[in-house]
Amino acid sequence: MADGIRVMALSAWFGQNRVLRNVFANMVPGAVTAIIGPSGCGKSTFIRCINRMHEVVPLARVDGRVLLNGEELYGPTVDPVVVRRRIGMVFQKPIPFPTMSIFDNVAAGLRLTGVRDRGRLHETVERALRQAALWDEVKDELAKSGASLSGGQQQRLCIARALAVEPEVLLMDEPCSALDPIATAKIEELIVELKRALTVVVVTHNMQQAARVSEWTGFFLLGELVEFGATRDLFTHPRDKRTEDYVTGRFG
Amino acid sequence: MTELARRRLYDRVMRGLAGAAAGVVILPLVLILIFLVYRGSAALNLDFFTHLPKPVGEPGGGMANAIVGTLILLAIASAVGLPLGIFGGLFLAESRGSRLPWLVRFLADVLNGVPSIVIGIFAYTLLVLPMRRFSALAGGIALGVIMIPIVLRTTEELVRLVPASLREAALALGVPEWKVILRIVLPTARAGIVTGAMVAIARVAGETAPLLFTAFGNRFWHQGIDQPIAALPIQIFAYAISPFEDWHRQAWAGALVLIAMVFCVSLVARTATRGLGRPTR
Ligand SMILES: Nc1ncnc2c1ncn2[C@@H]1O[C@H](COP(=O)(O)OP(=O)(O)O)[C@@H](O)[C@H]1O
Ligand SMILES: [Mg+2]
Repeated sequence: MADGIRVMALSAWFGQNRVLRNVFANMVPGAVTAIIGPSGCGKSTFIRCINRMHEVVPLARVDGRVLLNGEELYGPTVDPVVVRRRIGMVFQKPIPFPTMSIFDNVAAGLRLTGVRDRGRLHETVERALRQAALWDEVKDELAKSGASLSGGQQQRLCIARALAVEPEVLLMDEPCSALDPIATAKIEELIVELKRALTVVVVTHNMQQAARVSEWTGFFLLGELVEFGATRDLFTHPRDKRTEDYVTGRFG
Repeated sequence: MTELARRRLYDRVMRGLAGAAAGVVILPLVLILIFLVYRGSAALNLDFFTHLPKPVGEPGGGMANAIVGTLILLAIASAVGLPLGIFGGLFLAESRGSRLPWLVRFLADVLNGVPSIVIGIFAYTLLVLPMRRFSALAGGIALGVIMIPIVLRTTEELVRLVPASLREAALALGVPEWKVILRIVLPTARAGIVTGAMVAIARVAGETAPLLFTAFGNRFWHQGIDQPIAALPIQIFAYAISPFEDWHRQAWAGALVLIAMVFCVSLVARTATRGLGRPTR
Protein backbone atom coordinates (compact mmCIF):
# COMPACT_ATOMS: atom_id res chain seq x y z
CA MET A 1 0.00 0.00 0.00
CA ALA A 2 2.16 2.82 -1.19
CA ASP A 3 -0.10 5.79 -1.04
CA GLY A 4 2.47 8.16 0.45
CA ILE A 5 1.76 10.62 3.18
CA ARG A 6 -1.69 11.60 4.26
CA VAL A 7 -2.08 14.51 6.66
CA MET A 8 -5.42 14.99 8.41
CA ALA A 9 -6.56 17.84 10.63
CA LEU A 10 -2.99 18.70 11.56
CA SER A 11 -2.41 21.58 13.96
CA ALA A 12 0.83 22.57 15.65
CA TRP A 13 1.82 24.90 18.44
CA PHE A 14 4.91 26.52 19.89
CA GLY A 15 3.72 27.05 23.45
CA GLN A 16 0.49 29.02 23.13
CA ASN A 17 1.28 30.10 19.57
CA ARG A 18 -0.67 28.04 17.04
CA VAL A 19 1.39 27.96 13.86
CA LEU A 20 -0.53 25.32 11.84
CA ARG A 21 -4.29 25.27 11.56
CA ASN A 22 -6.20 22.17 10.60
CA VAL A 23 -4.11 21.12 7.60
CA PHE A 24 -5.27 18.36 5.24
CA ALA A 25 -2.89 17.22 2.50
CA ASN A 26 -1.80 14.19 0.55
CA MET A 27 1.71 13.65 -0.77
CA VAL A 28 1.97 10.83 -3.28
CA PRO A 29 4.99 8.66 -4.10
CA GLY A 30 6.77 9.02 -7.41
CA ALA A 31 6.21 12.74 -7.41
CA VAL A 32 7.65 15.87 -5.88
CA THR A 33 5.42 17.99 -3.71
CA ALA A 34 6.50 21.60 -3.25
CA ILE A 35 5.50 23.65 -0.22
CA ILE A 36 5.50 27.40 -0.82
CA GLY A 37 4.48 30.48 1.15
CA PRO A 38 5.90 33.61 2.71
CA SER A 39 8.43 33.14 5.49
CA GLY A 40 6.98 32.43 8.90
CA CYS A 41 3.81 30.85 7.47
CA GLY A 42 4.58 27.40 8.89
CA LYS A 43 6.24 25.55 6.00
CA SER A 44 9.09 24.19 8.12
CA THR A 45 6.77 23.35 10.96
CA PHE A 46 4.54 21.44 8.55
CA ILE A 47 7.27 19.12 7.27
CA ARG A 48 8.77 18.77 10.76
CA CYS A 49 5.42 17.43 11.92
CA ILE A 50 5.62 14.75 9.25
CA ASN A 51 8.82 13.18 10.61
CA ARG A 52 8.03 13.99 14.23
CA MET A 53 10.83 16.51 14.57
CA HIS A 54 8.46 19.26 15.69
CA GLU A 55 8.15 17.71 19.14
CA VAL A 56 11.93 17.96 19.65
CA VAL A 57 11.52 21.68 20.35
CA PRO A 58 10.65 22.36 24.01
CA LEU A 59 6.95 23.20 24.52
CA ALA A 60 6.09 22.31 20.92
CA ARG A 61 2.85 20.34 20.45
CA VAL A 62 1.05 18.57 17.61
CA ASP A 63 -2.56 17.55 17.09
CA GLY A 64 -4.10 15.62 14.23
CA ARG A 65 -3.10 12.59 12.17
CA VAL A 66 -0.26 11.78 9.80
CA LEU A 67 -0.29 8.49 7.92
CA LEU A 68 2.57 6.89 6.00
CA ASN A 69 1.28 4.25 3.60
CA GLY A 70 -1.74 3.89 5.82
CA GLU A 71 0.16 3.62 9.12
CA GLU A 72 -0.45 6.15 11.86
CA LEU A 73 2.74 8.07 12.72
CA TYR A 74 1.31 9.61 15.86
CA GLY A 75 -0.13 6.40 17.27
CA PRO A 76 0.45 5.81 21.00
CA THR A 77 2.84 2.92 20.39
CA VAL A 78 4.83 4.55 17.59
CA ASP A 79 8.47 5.34 18.33
CA PRO A 80 9.47 8.70 16.81
CA VAL A 81 12.98 7.32 16.23
CA VAL A 82 11.54 4.71 13.86
CA VAL A 83 9.44 7.35 12.08
CA ARG A 84 12.57 9.45 11.49
CA ARG A 85 14.37 6.49 9.96
CA ARG A 86 11.54 6.04 7.47
CA ILE A 87 11.22 9.75 6.70
CA GLY A 88 14.53 11.46 6.02
CA MET A 89 15.13 15.17 6.26
CA VAL A 90 17.49 17.69 4.70
CA PHE A 91 17.83 21.09 6.30
CA GLN A 92 18.21 24.59 4.96
CA LYS A 93 21.84 24.89 5.99
CA PRO A 94 24.03 21.93 5.13
CA ILE A 95 25.15 20.47 8.45
CA PRO A 96 27.74 17.72 8.03
CA PHE A 97 28.88 16.25 11.34
CA PRO A 98 32.03 18.31 11.94
CA THR A 99 34.04 15.59 13.64
CA MET A 100 33.48 13.04 10.87
CA SER A 101 34.98 12.25 7.47
CA ILE A 102 32.87 12.18 4.30
CA PHE A 103 32.57 8.42 4.61
CA ASP A 104 31.64 8.54 8.28
CA ASN A 105 29.04 11.23 7.65
CA VAL A 106 27.22 9.06 5.15
CA ALA A 107 27.65 5.96 7.27
CA ALA A 108 26.55 7.76 10.45
CA GLY A 109 22.87 6.86 10.23
CA LEU A 110 23.63 3.16 9.90
CA ARG A 111 26.53 3.07 12.37
CA LEU A 112 24.63 4.93 15.06
CA THR A 113 21.78 2.50 14.76
CA GLY A 114 24.00 -0.50 15.21
CA VAL A 115 25.22 -1.59 11.77
CA ARG A 116 28.84 -2.84 12.02
CA ASP A 117 29.24 -4.90 8.86
CA ARG A 118 31.99 -3.11 6.92
CA GLY A 119 31.00 -4.55 3.57
CA ARG A 120 27.46 -3.34 3.97
CA LEU A 121 28.63 0.09 5.14
CA HIS A 122 30.89 0.50 2.10
CA GLU A 123 28.15 -0.60 -0.27
CA THR A 124 25.64 1.74 1.32
CA VAL A 125 27.96 4.72 1.34
CA GLU A 126 28.76 4.29 -2.33
CA ARG A 127 25.13 3.81 -3.28
CA ALA A 128 24.00 6.85 -1.29
CA LEU A 129 26.77 9.07 -2.65
CA ARG A 130 25.94 7.98 -6.21
CA GLN A 131 22.27 8.62 -5.59
CA ALA A 132 23.16 12.09 -4.33
CA ALA A 133 25.32 12.70 -7.44
CA LEU A 134 28.39 13.25 -5.30
CA TRP A 135 30.29 9.99 -5.74
CA ASP A 136 32.44 11.07 -8.70
CA GLU A 137 33.55 14.22 -6.91
CA VAL A 138 34.54 12.62 -3.60
CA LYS A 139 35.33 8.97 -4.28
CA ASP A 140 39.08 9.56 -3.90
CA GLU A 141 38.85 11.58 -0.71
CA LEU A 142 36.32 9.77 1.41
CA ALA A 143 38.58 10.14 4.44
CA LYS A 144 38.59 13.92 4.20
CA SER A 145 36.45 15.94 6.55
CA GLY A 146 32.90 16.62 5.42
CA ALA A 147 33.39 20.24 6.38
CA SER A 148 36.10 20.63 3.73
CA LEU A 149 33.58 20.38 0.88
CA SER A 150 31.92 23.33 -0.86
CA GLY A 151 28.43 24.41 0.23
CA GLY A 152 26.71 22.62 -2.63
CA GLN A 153 28.74 19.47 -2.05
CA GLN A 154 27.97 19.62 1.66
CA GLN A 155 24.27 19.78 0.92
CA ARG A 156 24.55 16.76 -1.38
CA LEU A 157 26.55 15.03 1.37
CA CYS A 158 23.64 15.69 3.72
CA ILE A 159 21.25 14.29 1.12
CA ALA A 160 23.46 11.19 0.82
CA ARG A 161 23.52 10.87 4.59
CA ALA A 162 19.73 10.96 4.66
CA LEU A 163 19.45 8.47 1.78
CA ALA A 164 21.89 6.01 3.36
CA VAL A 165 19.28 4.80 5.84
CA GLU A 166 16.92 4.08 2.94
CA PRO A 167 14.00 6.27 3.89
CA GLU A 168 10.64 5.98 2.12
CA VAL A 169 10.15 9.73 2.14
CA LEU A 170 12.60 12.63 1.87
CA LEU A 171 11.66 16.01 3.32
CA MET A 172 13.76 18.98 2.22
CA ASP A 173 13.52 22.32 3.95
CA GLU A 174 14.65 25.02 1.51
CA PRO A 175 17.64 22.87 0.52
CA CYS A 176 19.01 25.43 -1.94
CA SER A 177 18.52 28.69 -0.12
CA ALA A 178 22.14 28.79 1.05
CA LEU A 179 23.58 27.77 -2.32
CA ASP A 180 24.75 29.48 -5.50
CA PRO A 181 22.81 29.02 -8.80
CA ILE A 182 25.03 26.24 -10.14
CA ALA A 183 24.82 24.21 -6.94
CA THR A 184 21.08 24.91 -6.90
CA ALA A 185 20.66 23.55 -10.42
CA LYS A 186 22.49 20.35 -9.39
CA ILE A 187 20.25 19.83 -6.39
CA GLU A 188 17.14 20.48 -8.47
CA GLU A 189 18.25 17.87 -10.99
CA LEU A 190 18.80 15.52 -8.12
CA ILE A 191 15.34 16.14 -6.68
CA VAL A 192 13.73 15.21 -9.99
CA GLU A 193 15.87 12.06 -10.05
CA LEU A 194 15.03 11.09 -6.47
CA LYS A 195 11.27 11.07 -6.92
CA ARG A 196 11.56 7.79 -8.80
CA ALA A 197 12.63 6.05 -5.63
CA LEU A 198 10.90 8.03 -2.91
CA THR A 199 8.16 10.43 -1.98
CA VAL A 200 9.80 13.86 -2.03
CA VAL A 201 8.55 17.00 -0.29
CA VAL A 202 10.46 20.23 -0.88
CA VAL A 203 9.91 23.47 0.95
CA THR A 204 10.96 26.44 -1.13
CA HIS A 205 10.45 30.16 -1.12
CA ASN A 206 11.39 30.22 -4.77
CA MET A 207 8.30 29.81 -6.95
CA GLN A 208 10.28 29.17 -10.13
CA GLN A 209 11.92 26.31 -8.31
CA ALA A 210 8.58 24.89 -7.27
CA ALA A 211 7.39 25.15 -10.87
CA ARG A 212 10.55 23.46 -12.17
CA VAL A 213 10.74 20.46 -9.87
CA SER A 214 7.31 19.61 -8.53
CA GLU A 215 4.15 17.91 -9.70
CA TRP A 216 2.12 19.06 -6.71
CA THR A 217 2.23 22.29 -4.76
CA GLY A 218 0.77 23.44 -1.47
CA PHE A 219 0.52 27.11 -0.60
CA PHE A 220 0.64 28.08 3.06
CA LEU A 221 -0.35 31.41 4.57
CA LEU A 222 -0.39 32.19 8.29
CA GLY A 223 -0.42 28.52 9.24
CA GLU A 224 -3.24 27.61 6.88
CA LEU A 225 -2.91 25.44 3.81
CA VAL A 226 -4.69 27.83 1.48
CA GLU A 227 -4.47 25.77 -1.66
CA PHE A 228 -3.12 22.39 -2.65
CA GLY A 229 -3.13 21.08 -6.20
CA ALA A 230 -1.25 20.20 -9.35
CA THR A 231 1.65 22.62 -9.69
CA ARG A 232 0.68 23.82 -13.15
CA ASP A 233 -2.92 24.56 -12.10
CA LEU A 234 -1.85 26.31 -8.94
CA PHE A 235 0.45 28.65 -10.81
CA THR A 236 -1.77 29.26 -13.84
CA HIS A 237 -5.31 29.07 -12.51
CA PRO A 238 -5.18 29.49 -8.74
CA ARG A 239 -8.58 28.96 -7.19
CA ASP A 240 -7.95 31.20 -4.20
CA LYS A 241 -7.48 34.93 -4.47
CA ARG A 242 -4.66 34.80 -1.89
CA THR A 243 -2.76 32.18 -3.91
CA GLU A 244 -3.13 34.32 -7.00
CA ASP A 245 -1.79 37.37 -5.19
CA TYR A 246 1.20 35.38 -3.94
CA VAL A 247 2.17 33.60 -7.16
CA THR A 248 1.80 36.80 -9.18
CA GLY A 249 4.12 38.49 -6.72
CA ARG A 250 1.62 40.95 -5.32
CA PHE A 251 2.88 40.31 -1.83
CA GLY A 252 5.35 38.26 0.19
CA MET B 1 38.42 70.58 24.42
CA THR B 2 36.39 69.23 21.53
CA GLU B 3 34.24 66.15 21.94
CA LEU B 4 36.54 64.13 19.70
CA ALA B 5 39.69 65.13 21.58
CA ARG B 6 38.01 64.29 24.84
CA ARG B 7 37.11 60.84 23.58
CA ARG B 8 40.63 60.28 22.29
CA LEU B 9 42.10 61.19 25.64
CA TYR B 10 39.61 58.93 27.39
CA ASP B 11 40.54 56.11 25.00
CA ARG B 12 44.26 56.58 25.73
CA VAL B 13 43.81 56.62 29.47
CA MET B 14 41.69 53.48 29.36
CA ARG B 15 44.14 51.67 27.11
CA GLY B 16 46.96 52.67 29.45
CA LEU B 17 45.08 51.39 32.50
CA ALA B 18 44.18 48.09 30.82
CA GLY B 19 47.77 47.59 29.70
CA ALA B 20 49.09 48.36 33.17
CA ALA B 21 46.61 45.93 34.72
CA ALA B 22 47.74 43.20 32.31
CA GLY B 23 51.35 43.91 33.24
CA VAL B 24 50.60 43.72 36.95
CA VAL B 25 48.82 40.41 36.40
CA ILE B 26 51.79 38.87 34.61
CA LEU B 27 54.45 40.33 36.90
CA PRO B 28 53.97 38.00 39.91
CA LEU B 29 54.02 34.95 37.62
CA VAL B 30 57.26 36.10 35.98
CA LEU B 31 58.83 36.85 39.36
CA ILE B 32 57.80 33.49 40.77
CA LEU B 33 59.25 31.70 37.75
CA ILE B 34 62.53 33.61 37.87
CA PHE B 35 62.88 33.03 41.59
CA LEU B 36 62.03 29.33 41.32
CA VAL B 37 64.51 28.74 38.53
CA TYR B 38 67.15 30.67 40.47
CA ARG B 39 66.65 28.81 43.75
CA GLY B 40 65.47 25.46 42.43
CA SER B 41 67.91 24.67 39.65
CA ALA B 42 70.78 24.37 42.16
CA ALA B 43 69.43 21.08 43.58
CA LEU B 44 68.02 19.88 40.31
CA ASN B 45 70.03 16.93 38.97
CA LEU B 46 69.44 13.42 37.73
CA ASP B 47 69.38 12.06 41.30
CA PHE B 48 66.49 14.35 42.08
CA PHE B 49 64.34 12.53 39.50
CA THR B 50 65.59 9.00 40.16
CA HIS B 51 66.38 8.69 43.88
CA LEU B 52 64.41 8.37 47.09
CA PRO B 53 64.92 10.96 49.85
CA LYS B 54 67.97 10.28 51.99
CA PRO B 55 67.61 9.84 55.77
CA VAL B 56 67.97 12.95 57.91
CA GLY B 57 71.53 14.24 57.96
CA GLU B 58 72.73 12.48 54.82
CA PRO B 59 73.15 14.83 51.87
CA GLY B 60 71.84 14.09 48.34
CA GLY B 61 68.86 11.96 47.42
CA GLY B 62 65.86 13.02 45.39
CA MET B 63 62.10 13.23 45.18
CA ALA B 64 61.45 10.50 42.61
CA ASN B 65 58.86 8.89 44.87
CA ALA B 66 57.01 12.17 45.28
CA ILE B 67 56.96 12.81 41.55
CA VAL B 68 55.57 9.33 40.89
CA GLY B 69 53.21 9.74 43.85
CA THR B 70 51.79 12.98 42.49
CA LEU B 71 51.21 11.33 39.13
CA ILE B 72 49.40 8.41 40.81
CA LEU B 73 47.30 10.78 42.90
CA LEU B 74 46.38 12.75 39.79
CA ALA B 75 45.42 9.51 38.01
CA ILE B 76 43.12 8.49 40.88
CA ALA B 77 41.70 12.01 41.05
CA SER B 78 41.01 11.95 37.31
CA ALA B 79 39.35 8.56 37.54
CA VAL B 80 36.96 10.04 40.12
CA GLY B 81 36.57 13.61 38.93
CA LEU B 82 36.46 13.31 35.14
CA PRO B 83 33.61 10.82 34.66
CA LEU B 84 31.47 12.42 37.37
CA GLY B 85 32.20 15.92 36.10
CA ILE B 86 31.72 15.11 32.42
CA PHE B 87 28.52 13.11 32.80
CA GLY B 88 27.16 15.55 35.34
CA GLY B 89 27.88 18.39 32.92
CA LEU B 90 26.16 16.48 30.11
CA PHE B 91 23.16 16.00 32.36
CA LEU B 92 23.02 19.71 33.17
CA ALA B 93 23.31 20.70 29.52
CA GLU B 94 20.76 18.22 28.24
CA SER B 95 18.09 18.10 30.92
CA ARG B 96 14.96 20.03 30.18
CA GLY B 97 13.62 20.23 33.72
CA SER B 98 14.57 23.21 35.81
CA ARG B 99 14.58 22.21 39.48
CA LEU B 100 17.08 19.35 39.63
CA PRO B 101 19.60 20.95 37.23
CA TRP B 102 19.31 24.18 39.20
CA LEU B 103 20.06 22.30 42.40
CA VAL B 104 23.02 20.43 40.92
CA ARG B 105 24.43 23.64 39.45
CA PHE B 106 24.02 25.41 42.79
CA LEU B 107 25.68 22.59 44.73
CA ALA B 108 28.53 22.46 42.21
CA ASP B 109 29.14 26.16 42.71
CA VAL B 110 29.09 25.70 46.46
CA LEU B 111 31.49 22.78 46.17
CA ASN B 112 33.76 24.91 44.03
CA GLY B 113 33.93 27.41 46.87
CA VAL B 114 34.59 24.91 49.64
CA PRO B 115 38.16 25.34 50.93
CA SER B 116 40.27 22.39 49.92
CA ILE B 117 41.23 21.66 53.51
CA VAL B 118 37.56 21.05 54.30
CA ILE B 119 37.42 18.53 51.49
CA GLY B 120 40.50 16.95 53.05
CA ILE B 121 38.72 16.64 56.40
CA PHE B 122 35.76 15.12 54.60
CA ALA B 123 37.98 12.48 52.96
CA TYR B 124 39.72 11.93 56.27
CA THR B 125 36.45 11.25 58.07
CA LEU B 126 34.90 9.12 55.36
CA LEU B 127 37.92 7.17 54.15
CA VAL B 128 40.94 7.45 56.39
CA LEU B 129 39.14 6.77 59.68
CA PRO B 130 37.13 3.72 58.52
CA MET B 131 40.16 2.29 56.68
CA ARG B 132 42.33 3.04 59.69
CA ARG B 133 45.14 4.31 57.53
CA PHE B 134 46.24 7.17 55.34
CA SER B 135 46.13 6.16 51.69
CA ALA B 136 46.70 7.20 48.11
CA LEU B 137 43.06 6.35 47.55
CA ALA B 138 41.84 8.88 50.12
CA GLY B 139 44.16 11.55 48.75
CA GLY B 140 43.17 10.87 45.14
CA ILE B 141 39.48 10.96 45.97
CA ALA B 142 39.87 14.24 47.86
CA LEU B 143 41.55 15.76 44.80
CA GLY B 144 38.92 14.20 42.52
CA VAL B 145 36.13 15.86 44.50
CA ILE B 146 37.85 19.21 44.03
CA MET B 147 37.97 18.55 40.27
CA ILE B 148 34.28 17.68 39.89
CA PRO B 149 32.74 21.18 39.89
CA ILE B 150 35.39 22.57 37.54
CA VAL B 151 34.92 19.79 34.99
CA LEU B 152 31.15 19.87 35.44
CA ARG B 153 30.70 23.52 34.63
CA THR B 154 33.11 23.58 31.67
CA THR B 155 31.48 20.48 30.20
CA GLU B 156 28.03 21.99 30.61
CA GLU B 157 29.04 25.23 28.94
CA LEU B 158 30.78 23.54 26.03
CA VAL B 159 27.99 21.04 25.41
CA ARG B 160 25.57 23.96 25.32
CA LEU B 161 27.70 25.57 22.63
CA VAL B 162 27.09 22.64 20.27
CA PRO B 163 24.48 24.02 17.86
CA ALA B 164 20.95 22.65 18.16
CA SER B 165 20.97 22.18 14.38
CA LEU B 166 23.66 19.52 14.74
CA ARG B 167 21.58 17.52 17.23
CA GLU B 168 18.55 17.90 14.99
CA ALA B 169 20.49 16.65 11.98
CA ALA B 170 21.40 13.53 13.93
CA LEU B 171 17.94 13.05 15.43
CA ALA B 172 16.41 13.36 11.95
CA LEU B 173 18.47 10.34 10.87
CA GLY B 174 16.55 8.24 13.33
CA VAL B 175 19.29 8.07 15.94
CA PRO B 176 18.08 7.70 19.54
CA GLU B 177 18.65 10.77 21.64
CA TRP B 178 21.18 9.24 24.05
CA LYS B 179 23.30 8.12 21.13
CA VAL B 180 23.12 11.58 19.58
CA ILE B 181 24.45 12.98 22.84
CA LEU B 182 27.25 10.44 23.27
CA ARG B 183 28.35 10.06 19.65
CA ILE B 184 27.68 13.48 18.09
CA VAL B 185 27.38 16.14 20.78
CA LEU B 186 30.13 14.93 23.10
CA PRO B 187 32.78 14.45 20.37
CA THR B 188 31.95 17.88 18.95
CA ALA B 189 32.54 19.47 22.35
CA ARG B 190 35.53 17.21 23.00
CA ALA B 191 38.36 19.69 22.60
CA GLY B 192 36.78 22.08 25.08
CA ILE B 193 36.04 19.33 27.57
CA VAL B 194 39.67 18.18 27.38
CA THR B 195 40.73 21.72 28.19
CA GLY B 196 38.40 21.82 31.20
CA ALA B 197 39.82 18.51 32.39
CA MET B 198 43.40 19.76 32.05
CA VAL B 199 42.60 22.96 33.91
CA ALA B 200 41.11 20.88 36.71
CA ILE B 201 44.15 18.59 36.85
CA ALA B 202 46.52 21.56 36.91
CA ARG B 203 44.45 23.08 39.67
CA VAL B 204 44.65 20.04 41.98
CA ALA B 205 48.23 19.10 41.15
CA GLY B 206 49.52 21.61 43.65
CA GLU B 207 46.90 21.09 46.36
CA THR B 208 48.63 20.44 49.66
CA ALA B 209 46.12 20.87 52.45
CA PRO B 210 43.77 18.00 51.57
CA LEU B 211 46.72 15.66 51.13
CA LEU B 212 48.22 16.30 54.57
CA PHE B 213 45.73 14.06 56.30
CA THR B 214 44.74 11.76 53.45
CA ALA B 215 47.78 10.78 51.36
CA PHE B 216 50.01 11.81 54.27
CA GLY B 217 53.31 11.40 52.48
CA ASN B 218 55.81 8.60 52.41
CA ARG B 219 59.59 8.40 52.25
CA PHE B 220 59.50 5.29 50.05
CA TRP B 221 58.19 4.22 46.66
CA HIS B 222 54.45 3.78 46.53
CA GLN B 223 53.23 0.55 48.08
CA GLY B 224 49.67 0.26 46.78
CA ILE B 225 46.77 2.64 46.72
CA ASP B 226 45.65 1.64 50.20
CA GLN B 227 48.95 2.88 51.68
CA PRO B 228 50.24 6.36 52.43
CA ILE B 229 51.86 7.87 49.37
CA ALA B 230 54.39 10.60 48.72
CA ALA B 231 53.33 13.70 46.83
CA LEU B 232 55.33 16.71 45.67
CA PRO B 233 53.33 19.34 47.58
CA ILE B 234 53.63 17.41 50.86
CA GLN B 235 57.31 16.79 50.31
CA ILE B 236 57.91 20.45 49.53
CA PHE B 237 56.05 21.45 52.66
CA ALA B 238 57.97 19.01 54.86
CA TYR B 239 61.34 20.02 53.45
CA ALA B 240 60.63 23.74 53.49
CA ILE B 241 59.85 23.81 57.22
CA SER B 242 62.81 21.58 58.08
CA PRO B 243 65.96 23.09 59.61
CA PHE B 244 68.31 21.64 56.94
CA GLU B 245 69.88 23.80 54.25
CA ASP B 246 70.08 20.86 51.83
CA TRP B 247 66.38 20.10 52.24
CA HIS B 248 65.50 23.74 51.59
CA ARG B 249 67.30 23.53 48.27
CA GLN B 250 65.42 20.33 47.43
CA ALA B 251 62.12 21.97 48.36
CA TRP B 252 62.86 24.71 45.83
CA ALA B 253 63.69 22.11 43.20
CA GLY B 254 60.47 20.26 44.00
CA ALA B 255 58.50 23.47 43.57
CA LEU B 256 60.16 24.05 40.22
CA VAL B 257 59.28 20.54 39.05
CA LEU B 258 55.69 20.97 40.24
CA ILE B 259 55.33 24.26 38.36
CA ALA B 260 56.84 22.65 35.27
CA MET B 261 54.28 19.83 35.49
CA VAL B 262 51.38 22.26 35.81
CA PHE B 263 52.84 24.29 32.96
CA CYS B 264 52.97 21.21 30.73
CA VAL B 265 49.38 20.30 31.53
CA SER B 266 48.24 23.85 30.77
CA LEU B 267 50.16 23.79 27.52
CA VAL B 268 48.43 20.57 26.48
CA ALA B 269 45.11 22.19 27.37
CA ARG B 270 45.88 25.21 25.18
CA THR B 271 46.91 23.06 22.25
CA ALA B 272 43.78 20.98 22.56
CA THR B 273 41.55 24.06 22.42
CA ARG B 274 43.14 25.21 19.24
CA GLY B 275 41.42 22.38 17.38
CA LEU B 276 38.04 23.26 18.88
CA GLY B 277 35.24 22.42 16.47
CA ARG B 278 37.66 21.37 13.81
CA PRO B 279 37.52 17.96 12.18
CA THR B 280 39.81 15.37 13.65
CA ARG B 281 40.23 12.79 10.92
N1 LIG C 1 11.59 27.20 17.78
C1 LIG C 1 10.51 28.02 17.72
N2 LIG C 1 9.96 28.50 18.85
C2 LIG C 1 8.87 29.30 18.80
N3 LIG C 1 8.28 29.70 17.68
C3 LIG C 1 8.76 29.26 16.50
C4 LIG C 1 9.92 28.40 16.47
N4 LIG C 1 10.19 28.11 15.17
C5 LIG C 1 9.26 28.77 14.44
N5 LIG C 1 8.41 29.46 15.23
C6 LIG C 1 7.26 30.26 14.77
O1 LIG C 1 6.38 29.45 14.07
C7 LIG C 1 5.91 30.08 12.91
C8 LIG C 1 6.15 29.22 11.70
O2 LIG C 1 7.52 29.06 11.53
P1 LIG C 1 8.15 28.16 10.39
O3 LIG C 1 7.41 26.90 10.30
O4 LIG C 1 9.61 28.10 10.63
O5 LIG C 1 7.86 29.05 9.09
P2 LIG C 1 8.51 28.97 7.63
O6 LIG C 1 9.33 27.75 7.55
O7 LIG C 1 7.35 28.97 6.71
O8 LIG C 1 9.30 30.21 7.46
C9 LIG C 1 6.59 31.43 12.82
O9 LIG C 1 5.67 32.42 13.23
C10 LIG C 1 7.72 31.34 13.79
O10 LIG C 1 7.90 32.57 14.45
MG1 LIG D 1 11.43 27.58 7.27
